Amino acid sequence: MQNVLQYLPQLLGAAFKYTIPIAVISFVIGIVIALITALIRISNKRGVMLVVKAIFRFYVWIFRTTPLLVQLFIVYFGLPYLKIAGIAPDGIKLVPFTAGILTFSLNTGAYCSETIRAAIIAIPKGQWEAASTLGMTRRQALQRIILPQALRTSVPPLANSFISLVKDTSLAASITIIELFEVSQQIAAANFQPLLMYSLVALIYAVFCTVLTFIQGYLEKITSRYTIA
Amino acid sequence: MLKLTNINKTFGDHHALKDINVTFNEHATTVILGPSGSGKSTLLRSLNFLEQPESGLYDFDGTILDLNKPVADKDIFRIRRETEMVFQNYNLFPHLTIVKNITEGPVQVLKQNKATATEKAHELLAKVGLAGNENKFPSQLSGGQAQRVAIARSLAMDPKYILLDEPTSALDPELELEVLKVLVEIAKEKRSMIIVTHNMAFAQKIADKIIFVENGEILFDGSKETFFHSDNQRINDFISAMTFTDI
Repeated sequence: MQNVLQYLPQLLGAAFKYTIPIAVISFVIGIVIALITALIRISNKRGVMLVVKAIFRFYVWIFRTTPLLVQLFIVYFGLPYLKIAGIAPDGIKLVPFTAGILTFSLNTGAYCSETIRAAIIAIPKGQWEAASTLGMTRRQALQRIILPQALRTSVPPLANSFISLVKDTSLAASITIIELFEVSQQIAAANFQPLLMYSLVALIYAVFCTVLTFIQGYLEKITSRYTIA
Repeated sequence: MLKLTNINKTFGDHHALKDINVTFNEHATTVILGPSGSGKSTLLRSLNFLEQPESGLYDFDGTILDLNKPVADKDIFRIRRETEMVFQNYNLFPHLTIVKNITEGPVQVLKQNKATATEKAHELLAKVGLAGNENKFPSQLSGGQAQRVAIARSLAMDPKYILLDEPTSALDPELELEVLKVLVEIAKEKRSMIIVTHNMAFAQKIADKIIFVENGEILFDGSKETFFHSDNQRINDFISAMTFTDI
């Protein structure tokens, strides 16, 4: 046991250098993508907007119906072969970190957009009507009345997505990112203690995710102040 | 003056409003009566475009809108600023305090400054008998209190017309009475109110004019004296079904 714990600093180093930054950055970008996607998909505008909506629907469909690992492979190993004359004649080559962030952001964005869209749709019609009768525009109603309420119901499922994302970053090992899981694999290969090494790394993920559930609890509390009668 | 000419509204196969012609006067309280599903709520909601009729003319204080064509957003927003709807289920904003529920429209839509709007909100809350509840959330109020906040919220917009869609149908008789008292006080100020209600005693007390709607048509449009002493069999049947006279 003693000799496994000596690797802890090395593992945590990888976690703080890659695992956590990839998860946090991807989640922040993913939420922005999700919000934009959700708002476009609930839009009731016609004309060009119908084409835009179709594009975003396609985006959500493709990321929800294909494995994350395959998505990572396409972005990192596949895109270098996508040669676009004038824009990327030599293919799109991304460093592993960027490829990881891009894929995780888009993947999380697709899932979270459905969460946010569902939360918006679930707000009673009467809230829209009350905002309308005050003379608010659709945008004002969304910003002031609908989204603040939708946000509250979104917190638990969004926290779920974040927790999944933290664990999914272990897949980044497959595109040569030296993150937490990759480091544990390297150590296990050298010290022949796979059971202890992988158990230790599992424990580290569990600790991180547990901290996140506490943050979720706090967020739920502050966003639902108004329901405490 | 609000005037509807040959208004039609359908929901799928259901013809909710059939060639409606009606005028709502300013500084008067008009009560719309009728059985459930008669089209009275649809008629009221059409007045501020929560429902959009397919055909007819809408004369809003001299601005005549042709409902056969798409109505411009700016016309809809203007009309909504001058007509406020009070809903059966209050529809208060649950994430905002009581005072913010009331100032939201004036600050966001009318661009009033916050301090002025807040001061006015306090006055209005006192007027509806809820002073001291400014910082509560809607979930902390009874139904009667919530509806009085909704009335204060509509008054804060200083609308020309207040539209009330069965404002007390979700309340028990005791809470209903506290809301009705507030409405009777507002009616005395000679504001323009249009109320859909099932409460006949309240209608008799507050109405300057009564409109009786059935099957999407207006069967009666006149004074309450005439309505409550009508010789029309259908109206008499309705009145006796709604009151205890036959029991």
